[in-house]
Order: sequence, then C-alpha cells, then structure tokens
Amino acid sequence: MKRQNDHFPTGDAFYSSLRKRYLTASIWQTAFFSALLIAIIGLTALLYNVADGAFGYVAYEYKKDPATFTSIPVNELTRDDLQAILKENLSSGAYKKLDNEQPMAERSQSDLYTLFLERLVQIDTQATWSMTDSIFHGGEIRAEVAKKYPNATLEFRSWLTPQFLTTPMSSKAEFAGVRTAVLGSLWLVGIAIMFALPVGVGAAVYLQEYAPKNWLTSIIQTNINNLAGVPSIVYGMLGLAVFVRTLEALTSGAAFGVTDSNGRTVLSAGLTMGILVLPLMIINAQEAIKAVPDSLRQAAYGVGATRLQTVWYHVLPNALPGILTGSILAISRTLGETAPLIVVGASTFITVDPESPFSKFTALPIQIYNWTTRPQPEFHSIAAGAIIVLLAMLLTLNATAILLRNRFQRRL
Amino acid sequence: MNQLDLRKKPRPGEALVQALLFLAGILSIFVTIAIVYELGKEAMLFFNDPDVTFAKFFSMTRWQPGIGQYGIIALVSATLVTSAIAILIALPLGLFSAIFLSEYASLRARSVLKPILEILAGIPTVVYGYFALLFVTPILKLFFSGDQLQSYNMLSAGLVMGIMILPLIASMSEDALSAVPRSLREGAYAMGATKLETSVQIVLPAALSGIGAAVIVGISRAVGETMIVAVAAGAGPNFSFNPLDAAETMTGHIARISGGDLSYNTIDYTSLFAIALMLFLVTLVLNLISQRVVNRFRERYE
Amino acid sequence: MLMENTYAIETKDLSIHYGGFTAVNEVNIKVERRKITAVIGPSGCGKSTLLRAFNRMNDFVPGCHVSGELLMQGQNLYSRNVDPVEVRRRIGMVFQKPNPFPKSIYENIAWGARINGFKGNMNELVEQSLQSAALWDEVKDKLQESAYALSGGQQQRLCIARTIAIQPEIILMDEPASALDPISTLRIEELMQELKKNYTILIVTHNMQQAARASDFTAMMMIDENRSGGVIEFDETKKIFTRPMDKRTEDYVTGRFG
Repeated sequence: MKRQNDHFPTGDAFYSSLRKRYLTASIWQTAFFSALLIAIIGLTALLYNVADGAFGYVAYEYKKDPATFTSIPVNELTRDDLQAILKENLSSGAYKKLDNEQPMAERSQSDLYTLFLERLVQIDTQATWSMTDSIFHGGEIRAEVAKKYPNATLEFRSWLTPQFLTTPMSSKAEFAGVRTAVLGSLWLVGIAIMFALPVGVGAAVYLQEYAPKNWLTSIIQTNINNLAGVPSIVYGMLGLAVFVRTLEALTSGAAFGVTDSNGRTVLSAGLTMGILVLPLMIINAQEAIKAVPDSLRQAAYGVGATRLQTVWYHVLPNALPGILTGSILAISRTLGETAPLIVVGASTFITVDPESPFSKFTALPIQIYNWTTRPQPEFHSIAAGAIIVLLAMLLTLNATAILLRNRFQRRL
Repeated sequence: MNQLDLRKKPRPGEALVQALLFLAGILSIFVTIAIVYELGKEAMLFFNDPDVTFAKFFSMTRWQPGIGQYGIIALVSATLVTSAIAILIALPLGLFSAIFLSEYASLRARSVLKPILEILAGIPTVVYGYFALLFVTPILKLFFSGDQLQSYNMLSAGLVMGIMILPLIASMSEDALSAVPRSLREGAYAMGATKLETSVQIVLPAALSGIGAAVIVGISRAVGETMIVAVAAGAGPNFSFNPLDAAETMTGHIARISGGDLSYNTIDYTSLFAIALMLFLVTLVLNLISQRVVNRFRERYE
Repeated sequence: MLMENTYAIETKDLSIHYGGFTAVNEVNIKVERRKITAVIGPSGCGKSTLLRAFNRMNDFVPGCHVSGELLMQGQNLYSRNVDPVEVRRRIGMVFQKPNPFPKSIYENIAWGARINGFKGNMNELVEQSLQSAALWDEVKDKLQESAYALSGGQQQRLCIARTIAIQPEIILMDEPASALDPISTLRIEELMQELKKNYTILIVTHNMQQAARASDFTAMMMIDENRSGGVIEFDETKKIFTRPMDKRTEDYVTGRFG
C-alpha cells in the first residue's frame, strides 16, 4: 500500500493552513468571551437602570402655597414652628390621631416637615425624570417645566432617603416608604428559617449519617432534588391550599383567640417559604456534612462514641460553618421570592407593622412588583428605591456568607 | 471480679433522635404528596365541572373559565414563546461563557468572571421584571413601531428571562466541561490540535449530555418563572405566537388571578390549580430527565 | 527526505522549572533516528516531565518554563518563533492511560489527520494506520463503533494508530503499558519493534525488564540533593544493563535501589 505521507501539507502550505486555523481560533475565542461580556453588560444595564430610576429631577406643585401657613421661608422652619403650624391647621381629630401614633413632641424636624408637606401643602408631582436625563438634559428639563408647569418647583431628588426606610406605605409615592415591607420580609425570613433550618439539617444528617443505602433513601434523595426544581408559584398554590385554607384555624390565629384575621397571614406565607427553601437547605447542609472527613468519624467511633455522640460532638461542629453559609444562601432566596407571596395573599396596601405571626403582611418584593406595575412614573421611582433596599439586604447576607466561609475554611 | 459485659444496651435517647431525624428526612416526601394531592384535588373539581371537557381544554383558543372558555392553549402559547426566546438567548450565551470559563480563562480571570455570573444568578426575579418593563421594552420600542410592539410584550420578557437563565446554563455546562478528563485534552493537543479544535471538537462532544441536562433544567426554569412575565409580558390570555404581542403565560395568569379577590370553590379558583398541576408535571418530567442524564454522565467519567 | 544527521532530536542543557523549583536539571541527550530510547529511573525523578518537554505538553502547566535547548534538525523547538502546534504535529505522544476520544474508532484516527489538513484518501489512511498498529484485523468490522467498546490494550493500540496516522517523525510514549495486562504489554512491545523501522521512539518506563528488552538506548535519571531530576547516565541499553559507569545506575538496574 502506498504511504499517505505526501497528502499532508508541508512547509508553506502547512503554515498557511495553520494561520487559517489560528484565525478561526481567535474569532471563536472572541465569540466565547463576548458571551460573558454580554452577561456583564446585562448586569451593568440592570443596575444602571435601577439607579437611573431612583434618582432624578421631580417637578411638583403645591396645592396650597406654604405662605398661607407661615411667613417663615419653608427651609428655615424649626421643629417647634412645624409642630405649631400642624396643630393650628389640622383638624383636632387628625392631630390627635397622629399624636397617638407617635407623640408629636417626640417627632423629628424632618418627620414633621413631611407631615406638613403631605397634610397641609399637599404636594402634587407633575413629572419625573430619570437620572441620566436629569444630568445630561438639565437645561431642557428646566425650560420644559417653566413652560408646561409654571407653578411647579423642580428639584433633584433621591427617592431613596432615610425616611423611605422608616415610613409605611402611602397612596402618594412621595410619602411612601418600605418600613412595613421590610418588617414583613424579616418576619417571613424568621418563620421560614425556624421551620427550614432544623428540619433541613435534620434531614441532611439523616441522609448523610444514618440512612441505609436502599430504595427509600434513593427515593428521598431524588425527591429532594426534584423539589428543588419545582416552580416557586407551585409552592404558592400549596401554601394557599394547605396553610391559608385547610389550616386556617391555626394560621389565622383563630384557635388562639385572634379574631380579626383570615388565613392570609405572615405565618402562612412564612411556612410556605420554609417549605420552598427546604430542599435547598437540605442539599446545602448535605454538602457541608459530606465535607467532614471520614477519619474524624472513625476517630470518634474508635474511642467508643455512639453514633449520636459522633454526629453531635464531631460531625456537626465541623460542618457548622458550611451549614450556616448554606442557610444564609437559602435565606437570600426567601428574601427575593415574590410569586408564592402573591398567591398566598400578601396585602399590597397595608400601613400597619406586622406584630404577630397572625398579622397581615406585605414584603419588599411585593411592593416592588406592585409599584412597578403602576402606570405613574413616580411609583417606578420608589420601586427602584425599594429594589436598592432589597439588593442591599441581599448583598449584606451574601457578604456575611462569604466572610463566614473564608473565616472557617482553613480550620479543618 | 467484674465480668466482661458486651450485651447490647438499650439507648432510648439515641433511638428517639434517630426517629426524629428520619421524620425530617421523610418530610420531603410528604411535601411532594401534598403538592400532588392538593393540586390534584382542586384540578379534579375543575375537570369534573360538567361544562369543562378535555376537548374544550385542549382545542379552544381562549381562556376565561368564568364565561365558559377553557382553552389552556391561550396560556400555553405564551409560555412556549417566552421560554423559547429565553432558551435561544441563554443557550448560546451560557454555553459560550462556559467554554470560555472552563477552557480559556486563567485562574485570575475566572475569579473575577464567576462571581459576576453568581451575582446575576442571585438577583430576585421581580427585579428582572422591573428591568424588562422599564429598560428592555423602551429599548425595543426604538426598533419597532408603536403598533407593532405592544407596551407589554413577550419578546422583552423572554429576552430578560434569557439573561436570568444564562448563569444557570453557564454553570451547569461548565461543570460538565470540567468533568471531561484532562487526558482527552492532552490526547488532542498531542495530535497537533489548536485550543479551539480541542475545545469544540473533543471536549464539547464529550460533555454534550451534561450540557443537554443544563438546557433541560433551563427550560424547566423558564416555564416556571413567574415574576418577569407577570410584570412585562402582559395581563390577559392571548393565543398568539407573535413575540411582539402581549400575552399571559400559565404562571403569569396564576399570579394575576390569585393576586386579586379570589373566592374558594369557584371555577376561577379550581382552574388555577389545574394550571399549576400542569406546570408541576411538566417541570417534574423535565427535572427527572435532566437528573437522569447528569447521573449517567457522571458515571461515565468518575 | 534523507538527513545526514543521525540524531532525531537532542537536548542541550535542557532544564524544566516550576516557578522557582527546578524539576529537571540540565539534560544532555542525543536521540538516534529510528531507534528506541528508554528513559528509566525511580518514581518522582522527572521522567514524564522530561518526556512532556519534547513536544511542549508542559506549556499547559501553569508556571512551568524551560531553559536550554531542544534541537530538532538544528532548530530549537523552544525558540520564540516555533509554533507548539507544529511541534506536536511532528512529535506525537502516547499516554500512560489509554485516552481514545469519545468517538467512533474510525473518527479517532481520522480526526487528527483532518485537522492537520490531510487531503488524501481517508479510508486508506485509517486502514493503513490500524494495520501499522496491529489492530486492523480486530476492528475492521466495527469501525463505526465507539472506541470505548474496545479493551484497554486495544484502546492503547488505537491511540498509537491515531498518532501514526498524522505521520510524525518521533513518537513519545509515557509508560504506555503500565495500565495494561502482561499479554497486552507484550503486544505493545512487539509493535514498538515494528514501528521503529519508520519512527524514532522515546519511551518512559518503570519496568526495567521492558527497557532492557525493548530499547536500543537508555537514559538513567536520578534525583539530586535539591530534589531536581537529572540524567546521570546515557548509553546503549546493553551497556547500561551490563556495565554501567555510575554506581547509582548499577544499584538501580540490579534492584538494590528504588
């Protein structure tokens, strides 16, 4: 048979074909990197979009001229001035109600000023602009406002203020805050954790340390993996059917003497969230327990420890950082989930802080959803503000998880 | 003199703890049973309504159970369109990202790029919804005229869903690519292959089943995703395959209807459970297939 | 292509470093054309590292760099303008564990030829390569089946076949029989004798009998006090195994060490 050697390109022919191969290679490499670049651009655009909405020019009019209430220029009003003005101009019933919520004498200047604007002057937002427009087209905006809204005041405003964090919901975007929502989210996280952490760790310990290798164990494991992939809204439906409806007597607190509530409580929602994150919690805890070296178990058994003693004194303490990290990641899922809360019936308008497991509630993502879907642009701005609050909370949680992991990683 | 006593001793505490741990372990089974039972029970009520027939369920093109329209296809179509767009975006981008991370990126580049994908994966979906409605849709409006593109549309929701799923597909595909043994890459290099030829012609085919599993999980995630479509795709069932139209997906419909005033024991209530049951079954099948594929892939290389 | 030079490849003070650590120190060997040269020595002495330097596989190890010269037809393979892809196309490699591609038997052979721009009759090339690797008769009826269906010894011969399909000048073998049973090992050794008619073979082996049986020349490697490996003796195999110059070589080949 003839040798096929001559059919390979040699010398210059080989080099020219190699050059072509390298060209193709670098084109594709660019394409691979571009995919990541697009992801980065997507993330940047998203964050920019949120910031863009949360800051910017606002044109608003006063329904009543502040001058009709006081002769002092608005920005020089002191705390006492404001309290006097409010007492004088509000109906005595309204004043008493505010005083009951929080004594007027204890309220801060900015708090009273907000009340002054909200109740007396009655701000009315005419138009809002995004941060980008406000920065690059400031002149045009001023001209437009001067023409279209001659009585309006134009102000560069951050929608995310300390007040935004401490005030409850309001029907006017200018005065709305996320206090109720943040507290609701914290309640949800707390309830979800109280359920999912012990059950999740227990299940993980069972599967890693106790479970025999048989069909039941493998069904449990497959089932957990599957549950982790069930759409969150399906958990919402489960929560609606079980916690809100079937167990209404318990979740509404009727069985404990609470009367003014139905099953759509923070307890129902929290338990739903707990079941939702349970698979994730189990899987994360299993990983942490798996990472504990076998030699440690053998050492414990070697000195005559029972299985429980081995798990309790050796395996769990060593797996703890991993379990905590995993739990924190699971919590961050609870914070961001929206769909199941809608289904189990979060309230969209509520101004009372949740006080017990049987309270009605709202949560940060619910407020974001609600405000985003309103047509008025000023609500989009407070939605952006609320997103920043939510992302900041998530960032804090994740940073904690990373710190924990780095801190304990080298210990073993 | 003490006699050596090696008899089994009862340890009630140990047994109790073990029983409790077993309960925790088996609870997840009850969750699944509860899902199937509760969704099934209400869905049965829906299908048992004399007015609802399977023929209507699968052949009508309008969905409004309150007035006798039971065409699930009006919701399924929107789920299909948004999921298809999402996968069309997420598959190439996710796969390319995975190839870059696994085959090209230096350790240093990886330590910067991977966290970015993780951040992307950690952003709540309602935030993606905000992004779709208030950033992507306005940008799409620059390319399509007002009567072509509705202000709520499936295209924007699908695109953003693609970005949301991208990190999932990227990380699962990267795992699959990294699981391909180094010896295969060395074999290819030793034959005078370039990096691209090795990555695309040897490593990629070897990881194909793992990547397939990633795509299946991606589809399941897209089908089950709620908030992006609830915010940006439209509020109202619409049998349309035009991505520029507004339409409501199965999940979006559940969210909108259950968010309103919903009374128990109405057809509106039971119909939601029928939709949820379908969702559950579809995602269950997809997840089972994907797990199967991943397990078999692992066995091959471990 | 007749070359006056009887050496296929030679090294001049070739050292291999990982970061600040010198793994292999100043190797000087001349590998004769169409002969089998064995590299022996205790484990961890840098045999594989040295072998992988011959076709620049160490390029993929982060932090690894090479000093000195590796000369093929007077050209330093580590000079800046030399392309590693071209080097590997000329110097093939067979690895310790068989690593066929997850493709059909046919594709395993054809792939390397195709990417290297082969223009001739592919079926003929596949048959010829499999025959040269003494595998043709066993697989000719199942060319489209997966290479993973073959036994370990067959897989290793497939890897040899795929290497000779691209017609390299030198074949590097990194303990090619260490993962195989004795019968498969014997077949690989027979195959090497066949192949040396056309190719230069450089083989790393753990197995002293194998080196003594199969090779024409032997390089003895040993680790020094800095934990760097180096060639302490290089000569005809006969001499190394009967009248070694170095006491350490003698200890090693007679089994008193290592």
